[in-house]
Amino acid sequence: MAEKALASKLRAIVGDRYYREDMEARVAHSYDGTPMLQALPDGVVYPASTAEVAAVMKVLAEHRVPLVSRGSGSNLCGGTVPLEGGIVMVMHRMNRILEVDLENLTATVQPGLITAEFIAHIESLGLFYPPDPSSMRISTIGGNIAECSGGLRGLKYGTTKDYVIGLEAVLASGEIIRTGGKLMKDVAGYDLTKLLVGSEGTLAIITEATLKLVPPPRAKKTMLAMYRDLYGAARTVSRIIEARIIPATLEFMDNPTIRVVDDFAKLGLPLDMEAILLIEQDGDPEAVERDIALIEEICIAERADRVQVAADREEAERLLTARRSAFTALARLRPTTILEDATVPRSKIADMVLRINEIARKYNVTIATFGHAGDGNLHPTATTDARDHDEVHRVEQAFAEIFEASIELGGTITGEHGVGIVKAPYLEWKVGSAGLDMMKGIKQAFDPHRLLNPGKLFAKETRKRVVLQHE
Amino acid sequence: MSSQTFGKPDIEHSNPLARTMLKKLDYDQLTNCMRCGFCLPACPTFRETGVEPESPRGRIALMKAVVDGVMEPDQAFEDQMNHCLGCRACEPVCPADVKYGQLIEQTRDAIEDHAKHGAIVSGTRKLFFRGVFPHQNRMKLLGRSLRLYQKSGLQKVARGTGIMKLFPAHMREMEQILPEAASQGVVERIGERYPAKGQRIATVALFRGCIMDVLFADTNVNTVKLLSEAGFDVVIPKTQGCCGALHAHSGEMDQARELARVNVKAFKDAGVDYIVSNAGGCGALLVEYDHLLHEDESWAEDAAWFAKRVVDISTILVDKGRVPAFAEEAAEGAVPEAVAETGAAATITYQDSCHLRNVMKGSTAPRKLMKSVKGAHFCEMRDSDRCCGSAGIYNVTQPEMAGQILEHKMEHANATEAQYLLTSNPGCLLQMKLGIDKHGRGGDMKAMHIVDYLYERIARPGDEA
Repeated sequence: MAEKALASKLRAIVGDRYYREDMEARVAHSYDGTPMLQALPDGVVYPASTAEVAAVMKVLAEHRVPLVSRGSGSNLCGGTVPLEGGIVMVMHRMNRILEVDLENLTATVQPGLITAEFIAHIESLGLFYPPDPSSMRISTIGGNIAECSGGLRGLKYGTTKDYVIGLEAVLASGEIIRTGGKLMKDVAGYDLTKLLVGSEGTLAIITEATLKLVPPPRAKKTMLAMYRDLYGAARTVSRIIEARIIPATLEFMDNPTIRVVDDFAKLGLPLDMEAILLIEQDGDPEAVERDIALIEEICIAERADRVQVAADREEAERLLTARRSAFTALARLRPTTILEDATVPRSKIADMVLRINEIARKYNVTIATFGHAGDGNLHPTATTDARDHDEVHRVEQAFAEIFEASIELGGTITGEHGVGIVKAPYLEWKVGSAGLDMMKGIKQAFDPHRLLNPGKLFAKETRKRVVLQHE
Repeated sequence: MSSQTFGKPDIEHSNPLARTMLKKLDYDQLTNCMRCGFCLPACPTFRETGVEPESPRGRIALMKAVVDGVMEPDQAFEDQMNHCLGCRACEPVCPADVKYGQLIEQTRDAIEDHAKHGAIVSGTRKLFFRGVFPHQNRMKLLGRSLRLYQKSGLQKVARGTGIMKLFPAHMREMEQILPEAASQGVVERIGERYPAKGQRIATVALFRGCIMDVLFADTNVNTVKLLSEAGFDVVIPKTQGCCGALHAHSGEMDQARELARVNVKAFKDAGVDYIVSNAGGCGALLVEYDHLLHEDESWAEDAAWFAKRVVDISTILVDKGRVPAFAEEAAEGAVPEAVAETGAAATITYQDSCHLRNVMKGSTAPRKLMKSVKGAHFCEMRDSDRCCGSAGIYNVTQPEMAGQILEHKMEHANATEAQYLLTSNPGCLLQMKLGIDKHGRGGDMKAMHIVDYLYERIARPGDEA
């Protein structure tokens, strides 16, 4: 538990109700969506305003007590587990849409706002906010910004970073900064907005965000292409991009994923197929028709066994449901589901899928793969049991080798989930030692006393790289 | 705590409740929760408070922390477990298929084993859970007393003298909306068998319930007649009793199992094709009798036989029956309570019974039936799938949270401008009556059981019980 003087100062700022250090509050904020990780904080604070956040941070800085800021705790990298104790700051009370500016097409929101509620409001105004993390019904905008969340529309529309144009944030010292604004152009100094997006709560506490909105597409069409040959499916991805078509969504599911999804959702998916591509295009009606026809041609040329264009919205929804239920279905196989997000250049998707399968065989673990093929972002998902030490160890080894393979193919260790604690030992593999030193320097400038989300991003030790056998 | 617990902990708890929880909780289910948070938006208490411990993920984390020896279960822990409505909206949205309902029941069972209730609470609990609900004749007696209270003028006296003010506000409110108790249950009124109209499709048994048969005996009679219209021979085994749901949800597991055995025997002896429930809360426990009795080998087979046959009235009508045609207007003299129609097309809305929806998976059949009423307009209310706050006896034990949830529910109900607010469970029905009473738009909305509403619309003159 936190020391008495600190607790009474925090209570004076937010009120008795909104600072808790009882076991209920501590246990309930000791975890996030990441399997096998848990650590108790000393206290939990629920601020209601930027001023309260700043005042809390000043007190914590004075007492040198670490802080983890969080939204709904749905992240998958251990990003909000309070590894070093201290205070967890829950942003749920700061959940308002402050303004939708119809002249500038921007929205200004507080960090605790649930993403799906924001999207529903924006769509009711006839506008569009493209980032669509699969967790949007739970996740908060602040969490999306901290982790730079992606989603199914990343290929054509980009991810969270492409829509954040201004931020208000509280620094480790308790000072408040504002970056960017309702501006489409702004080159005044370093781009702190982009730096804070995806900084995983290690540089500052985001207290307000200005987001870019766009006009919604006028039409949408969905199709499913089924392959007996994994390569065919993967080649199709590259060929579509080569043909200068950027679909709104281009998703991939391998055979093990198809099987569990169908077993769970009973959609009548073809179980004998090696892979399925789920493709969606949006835009002007004529352009959508033209693109979908062209994509269909490419699929057939790449020896798709069957191509099925959804007749209506209902059928399209069914197809999308199939993809969305992948995680759901896989989670039912074994008690522990470890879902990663290794990402490679789009042209390397097929190589990567084969590598993953080889590695799974080598370590005798079950790994199904699905993901956002269009942007090279795969989700190799291990289904295991945390209680089986030996198997978990093999899963860890397999993932280390998967990250290695990803980097070797020109990819990265994480495309959309973030580094957090889970991938901290691999960060240097991706950015190099000079890159890592530079990042540490930035951290030092923002947070000299290591108060903000300590233990994340930077591991005590980089994992040794597995020696790969090159063919 | 650095964190990782592998396998059921091998610890000697000093806290007696923690010891019992270690024994009673299904550790696999605790481990299956992977903390993804998908359950958060589905949970009514989380939606009301936005606080993690008020969510299924939070509650499971607390249970696991107790079992793992990370925290001692204190009063706050017990309160938090009792704060859950048990609506089980978290189960269908759970990717890992965690049986949350079972975990919360096991926890409450453990808490109950260690409860030190005050004399009044424990006396009342004992009276109702052991002395009244399980005994159909005593339920009847209670019903008759209630009826006497309502009919003798005592109710008027009680209300007039202000003696009701001695009771807590939420009890007063409940007293106001209690329907007239019936002096006769369904068997006394129509006997133990009721033949199918036309070609017989199957023989079904009615699960009459304990509260249903006292406060909503008309609904039971109407259920039988609807089944008959749809082509089913109906049997009402006399030896059946209370389903045990209120016991199970309050942690009286042994008592619930005892009641389950009585029912399994009663219906097995009747040898029917289906067992029809018209109360979502009862039905949800009935379909889980196999789980409830799974540790009792001598009953496992019969319990599975029973659980497999349980079906909600709306579902059996739609899936197996010959659904009669329903007219917009109620037949004249169909049932004593028939509502006079104004002539304008009526709007109907529906409050899902959580247990019917989330456990019995029966959300489409009631809607199909309502949409088949000629000329009537079915208007889905926002969040119709969300708990109304009734939740067994939750509105009595947790009046504050229940009241808050009900207020939001009524905002959505009022927005539909419906004349009929239909439900499929007695608890929800009473709660909706209370809601209309407290937050209604003023006299033009009526809460009804879907069975009564439908029966009014097919009934013929001279068909009265």
